[in-house]
Amino acid sequence: MTWQAFFPYLIVMAVVTYLIRMLPLTLFRKPIRSVFIRSFLHYVPYAVLAAMTIPDVLYATGYTGKGSMNGLWAALGGLVVACVLAWRGKGLLTVAVAACAGVAAVQGLLLLF
Amino acid sequence: MNRQKFLQGVKHGVPIGLGYLSVSFAFGIQAVDLGLTPLMAVLISMTNVTSAGQLAGINLMAVHSPLVEMALTQLTINLRYALMSLSLSQKLDDDMNTLRRMIFSFCNTDEIFAVASSHPGRVGHSYLYGLMIVPYVGWASGTLLGAVAGMLLPAFLRTALGIAIYGMFLAIIIPPSRKSMAVRTVVAVSALLSVCFRYVPGLNRLSPGYAIIVCAVIASCVGAWLFPLGREEARA
Repeated sequence: MTWQAFFPYLIVMAVVTYLIRMLPLTLFRKPIRSVFIRSFLHYVPYAVLAAMTIPDVLYATGYTGKGSMNGLWAALGGLVVACVLAWRGKGLLTVAVAACAGVAAVQGLLLLF
Repeated sequence: MNRQKFLQGVKHGVPIGLGYLSVSFAFGIQAVDLGLTPLMAVLISMTNVTSAGQLAGINLMAVHSPLVEMALTQLTINLRYALMSLSLSQKLDDDMNTLRRMIFSFCNTDEIFAVASSHPGRVGHSYLYGLMIVPYVGWASGTLLGAVAGMLLPAFLRTALGIAIYGMFLAIIIPPSRKSMAVRTVVAVSALLSVCFRYVPGLNRLSPGYAIIVCAVIASCVGAWLFPLGREEARA
């Protein structure tokens, strides 16, 4: 990729992404009265993260939906470890690192077969 | 600037930053694979600060897509941030003037948003600036490391890093799901819809960026309809 081709892409990406984040936060100043809308906005982050995680997490470690299932087993291993630790209220970093360790452990186990 | 609140923000940003380090490391590897230089990859991370959008962006660059397609793709994938910014606008302290809002907007990522909105009470600029710093540095430096040194890592380690960001997401949504029936319901509905948009023929033709928005809007509406917040809860 040449720099001449790269810069227009970079500027478009950065500007669009920034405006999406900035405009609602800057223009919207008044407290919302409607209980429904306030409740809706309160639930948005949980809904977004749930939709981003399920089922994408199953494809995070090399499984593509066909061929070798090893990536899927590894992802399930990491997922179980992450769910158990998160359920016990461990912090973001602990859960993230343990999930990676879970994936590595399953990958190691699969080498035995 | 309130020093104590700033440092509290920095502390809360450390786990996000370390999570980002591994995720952006993977991004750096992919960017170089697709023909970008390490400096290009780092510039993208420093100006965009978003995982899904950047990944889609480098794939479009690799096939020389028109700029309009780039703009529309970023708009779709990142539209969830508009929802998050709107949600967070209800939680900001009175000290957040226009300039401070514009500065913070730059780093309003999924995880920073989630941590800021789960913080008890209102949040002001001291806390938010502190919260931004470590994730931003982690995101940019992880990209650089991945782009320059990614290929030196053994394959099994690179694979294992792929799950880091999802571990972080789960750590954000599971503890409140355990405590609150309402959050549990919203999470379950959204996850179920997301599975449908992936596997059900017809529904799976919707692009991933749109699917996330549709899932989040429907699940949050269900939550707001079944479990409207009390006045005190909604203010917190």
